Amino acid sequence: MEIMVTGAAGTLAKHVIDQLRDAGHKVVACYFRDSLVLDNREGVTSYRVDITKRGFEDVFRNHKIRAVLHLGRITTTQDRLANRRYNANVMGTRKLLELCLKYGVGQVQILSTYFVYGSNAYNPALLDEDSPLKASGQDTNLVDMVELENLAHIHMFKHPELHITILRPANIVGPGTQNALSFQLSRAAAPAIIGFNPMMQFVQVEDMAEAVVLAFELNKPGIYNVAPEDWTGYQDALKMAGCGIIPVPSIPPGLTNWIADWSPMVGLKAFPRYLVPFMKYPVVLDGKRFADTFGWKPKYSIRQSLAYYRDKKQFKKAS
Amino acid sequence: MGLQARLRDVLIPADLRKHFDKITKPVGDAGYDPWGFNLESAKTGMATFRWMYKKYFRVETTGIDNVPAEGRALVIANHAGQLPMDGIMVGMSLALRENNPRFARAMIERFFPTVPILGNWLNSVGAVIGDPANCEKLLDRDEVVIVFPEGVRGSGKMYKDAYQLKRFGNGFVRMAMQYNAPIIPVGIVGSEETMPAIANIKPLAKALGVPYIPVAPPFPLPAKMYLNYGEPLLFPNDDASEEEVTARVEQVKAEIARLIAKGLKERESIF
Repeated sequence: MEIMVTGAAGTLAKHVIDQLRDAGHKVVACYFRDSLVLDNREGVTSYRVDITKRGFEDVFRNHKIRAVLHLGRITTTQDRLANRRYNANVMGTRKLLELCLKYGVGQVQILSTYFVYGSNAYNPALLDEDSPLKASGQDTNLVDMVELENLAHIHMFKHPELHITILRPANIVGPGTQNALSFQLSRAAAPAIIGFNPMMQFVQVEDMAEAVVLAFELNKPGIYNVAPEDWTGYQDALKMAGCGIIPVPSIPPGLTNWIADWSPMVGLKAFPRYLVPFMKYPVVLDGKRFADTFGWKPKYSIRQSLAYYRDKKQFKKAS
Repeated sequence: MGLQARLRDVLIPADLRKHFDKITKPVGDAGYDPWGFNLESAKTGMATFRWMYKKYFRVETTGIDNVPAEGRALVIANHAGQLPMDGIMVGMSLALRENNPRFARAMIERFFPTVPILGNWLNSVGAVIGDPANCEKLLDRDEVVIVFPEGVRGSGKMYKDAYQLKRFGNGFVRMAMQYNAPIIPVGIVGSEETMPAIANIKPLAKALGVPYIPVAPPFPLPAKMYLNYGEPLLFPNDDASEEEVTARVEQVKAEIARLIAKGLKERESIF
């Protein structure tokens, strides 16, 4: 019996695979990035495969898959790649769930994100898992994420035998992470909207990997926020990460979006438009359900998680 | 020492710092709580407003020890004066009280978070947008929550309606019942005179997306303020109908009206 991990080229998956191997599990690692070839290490069989293609089914034919940890996601914000993103994230997940049903996979974990709650001035803090997913009206990037979740919800009810667990983590940060927020934290100076310092939560990637493995080991299906009991303002986070701040005007509101869209044209590194509301208003998760159910206790504090970015910059400067 | 830290030292004299150090709050590693409350910002904010509390509005309180030394509680008061000066003064009175000082949390209007700088600053000193979900989580974390059940109906009213209580929402009593939290009623006198309004420029308020734009003095007047705290009211967490809950709300409202009348009687002059 083996465990399939998708998105195996990503940093989170690498940590997850390491922890699974250490616990004596056999892993089937699937990844998508064509620039990369993963070695088959002991206990790990790797496939570079597009989960939307028919060939993906062969992986299920060749292995006896007991559980799938679906961590793979395409996060491009380029409009020309929007279709590909939708196909991979939404249609790919549908295909994956169908294959799980067909091959009798008894456990599926889906990595979602806190972005699905959407950023809104009226958001209360400490959002529970049953809070509405308001992101659907905000940006096409976020619509994909909500649709992916909806798909998983439907399967949860229709096919309880899949034992689906959905994890909605806060910002995953740390060495090797490549997401919109970690990209901002890596920069020498990052944009922040004048007069807005929304509360944010950060999960260090190793802590997140532990969360994924815990949720897999204990197998208690459901929807869970994964967020430490630790909060800081976005602008404070940038400072902790050793970032300078590029002030972006907030009035009139349209101007902020315009700057986000046009900054690359004048040679400035972009910040995706969908991030703008999250740089203004907080989305603070209540991670109690996950912590209580799985006994998860993150090792890294916010300062420790963000110090990595500061140290990296200082090291770069020194060398 | 950074400029901010030096400014803090100037603003917060040693005796006040010692007083504030008695107050503890569950904040994370970076000094914030989930609503953006920051212990240092709250101390600086309270120290800045102390002058206003002591010298400008010359606030007098009675029965302040009715607010429990620890654990959850709802402080319910009448709302007036266009600006949330009453809320700030209730918060100040609890932070400055001699025994068991506390940093209370005030539920504020929903438009505040959309205002740059001000929104975040209000959060950092303890204000939270008035969403029932926030109130629930705050009570669950054993906070003291200040609620003005009249909302903008109270704060935005004209001076001709001074000290007439507007309709109270029922939510706060439901919340108190659910979380077994005592309700401490407060009658505030003096807030009406800080900014007596004679009209509301509705079209301008609508255009700016704010609840009201009053025709009133351009800054709060130095009216003397009285905060009379009443005895705690505790309602059972039973399956009360909306009608029964409304009766409980009316009971709180009547107590606040009584405390206001007491304050008005005690008051010798407006300023």
